[in-house]
Amino acid sequence: MATPVSSQALRADDASVSEARSAFSAAAAPLLAGGRVRGIGFKDVTVAYGGLVVLASLTLDVRPGEIVALIGPSGSGKTTALRAVAGFVRPTRGRITIGDRDVTDVAPYARNIGMVVQNYALFPHMRAEENVAFGLRARGVSHAVVRERVPECLRLVGMEAYAKRFPRELSGGQQQRVAIARALAIRPQVLLLDEPLSALDAQIRRSMLDELAKLHRDLPSLTVLYVTHDQTEALTLADHIGIMRDGKLVAFGASRTLYRHPPNRFSAEFLGRANLLPVTSLEPKAGGLAQVRFGEAVLAATNPHGLPQGSQCLLCVRPHDLRLREGEGTHNILAGIVESVQWQGDLHAIALNVQGHKLRLTCAPLGAPPEAGTPLALAFDPHDVTLVPETPPEKPGG
Amino acid sequence: MADLAVTSSPGSVRLPPGIWAVPPLLVLGALFFYPLSLILRQALFGDEGAFSLAHFGEVVGSRLFLDGLYHTLVIAVSATAGCLLLGFVLSLVIAFVPFPGAKLVGRLIDTFIALPTFLVALAFTFIYGSSGLLNESLMRLLDLSLPPVDFLYSQWGVILSEITVYTPFVMRPLLAAFSLVEASQIEVASSLGAKPMRIVRQIILPAALPALIAGGSLCLLLTVNEFGIVLFIGAKDVITLPLLIYDKAIQEFDYTTACIIAVVNVALSLGLYSLYRVAVAHLAGSRAGLV
Ligand SMILES: Nc1ncnc2c1ncn2[C@@H]1O[C@H](COP(=O)(O)OP(=O)(O)O)[C@@H](O)[C@H]1O
Ligand SMILES: [Mg+2]
Repeated sequence: MATPVSSQALRADDASVSEARSAFSAAAAPLLAGGRVRGIGFKDVTVAYGGLVVLASLTLDVRPGEIVALIGPSGSGKTTALRAVAGFVRPTRGRITIGDRDVTDVAPYARNIGMVVQNYALFPHMRAEENVAFGLRARGVSHAVVRERVPECLRLVGMEAYAKRFPRELSGGQQQRVAIARALAIRPQVLLLDEPLSALDAQIRRSMLDELAKLHRDLPSLTVLYVTHDQTEALTLADHIGIMRDGKLVAFGASRTLYRHPPNRFSAEFLGRANLLPVTSLEPKAGGLAQVRFGEAVLAATNPHGLPQGSQCLLCVRPHDLRLREGEGTHNILAGIVESVQWQGDLHAIALNVQGHKLRLTCAPLGAPPEAGTPLALAFDPHDVTLVPETPPEKPGG
Repeated sequence: MADLAVTSSPGSVRLPPGIWAVPPLLVLGALFFYPLSLILRQALFGDEGAFSLAHFGEVVGSRLFLDGLYHTLVIAVSATAGCLLLGFVLSLVIAFVPFPGAKLVGRLIDTFIALPTFLVALAFTFIYGSSGLLNESLMRLLDLSLPPVDFLYSQWGVILSEITVYTPFVMRPLLAAFSLVEASQIEVASSLGAKPMRIVRQIILPAALPALIAGGSLCLLLTVNEFGIVLFIGAKDVITLPLLIYDKAIQEFDYTTACIIAVVNVALSLGLYSLYRVAVAHLAGSRAGLV
């Protein structure tokens, strides 16, 4: 089992991304988020229900104005982490901060948080505009401000024409927009989203994803914690991604870095598809590369985690980073027998048996695809593949 | 279902569609409408058999009757208000405040509905009666010669007993309604800055409104017609319509007067019931698709 990581430990490699982000944030004037931009901090946060630990010592920083996605299989503790920020579960240990304010002991209604949940949770007896106004009224905001801000928030999510509708008169996607407007109306310092798109069908999910991305471009100072089990949502939206498993944060990093250089097997397999081949690290080479042995073959790969010479590790090759060998190249070649070829419209998916290991490759549709049972050689760029530490074998059921 | 319809349709005799309404109507007529018509006849024709509204007017205008009507209404309305308030608060706690045994309490309340109503009046007599637990202890403790607590033998005793007995009738629909309120709605409301009282007022209460109206109307109906509790408490100057009917018919053998009062009582009940139907229909209409 992988040990929990802290976000600071893995921050080093993504300075350029966050620099770009903060320059953007500074340039755009805060449109809706009132006051100072604030981040979210988890410090050693542990949540247990009757002795059963469901969130184990989570330490994580969401920087002001950035989107962090927490991703992981069902039951891994993502929602629990989110609810701890909102104040609906009391950590058994650890502190939670919003900006430099410790909110661990603050009541939920006093935390100034916007929250959007999977089932929208719109108030059924209130019209869309009344839903949006609810938080403002609860805060005793003057009527004039309510009248001004409710249409503003509805416009932000493209729902101004539906202000008078009841939730039951709206589609799922429209309800989710109203829920987002409702959360934004109070000008929260942070926005918490718990699988906001998972109840929508695929097409609407795709367009809502685009709109969420646009929303954050419009509101660059809004700090967002986004819980999902969908890697596309996480990769599309998030600056940083945390991967959860069994209540633990097993990986954290800039989205691109985490995708390209996963720190462990679980991350490699959960965030995107991966071929993982057992290799032995041979010797370091220039430019952060290392030579590894895979059966008879000697291959080159990046070694971002600095795995020592002679260690048993995994070679992580993304299916789209494999190419059919062209010409007579001799470096970084994986040769095997074709097991199956599938045409999926916009791509070809090929499965290969390479020295007893299954290898998947996707590529643009081929004019003359290889046939099952024939030999095939694949090549890859050493900069596209990463050495991942081999984790000890899992206990069954663990 | 499907093959049943197929096998029965070709050979079987076709009955007129209304035929199945006849047996229940017959039973209803024999058990309900016939006695009701007898009462109505007795009220309007009296023992002499001649139609006259004079006696009717006399009874309805009498001091005794007006007092009875007044007490009936005051007791029913107060008890119903009490039931609604107590029922709402108790259901709120059971449904939304997590405490061990909440389920058990809910089930106990269900059992409570099954008990005869006068049992509570009896229990109250043991506790608050002039020689009950409370008075005995107070008299011994404070060295008094007369029982200091005597609210039981008044309108208040009746109202308190009725609240105790009928609150579960309000709680049952309320608990059902509360169980349909999504926890996430309450959580979102509180993250938007709403304190518990506002959440109760604006999120929970609207969701519980149909249940409150249904439970309250049922309470009103039951308390208007309550007989056992009033009889058991036996407060001297608390005479309600059902008690008056009993007095006239059983004690004084004045069946005509008893029937006249009974007619008013039935009219009152039916009136309340129609009001309840109208309220429910209106509510259902304005929230079509919601419930
Ligand atoms: N109120 C609760 N009582 C007991 N166990 C809970 C409670 N809430 C969540 N859990 C458990 O905590 C674990 C993590 O849940 P959750 O945070 O909802 O996971 P995720 O959102 O990643 O699917 C699950 O095993 C779940 O059963
Ligand atoms: Mg969840």
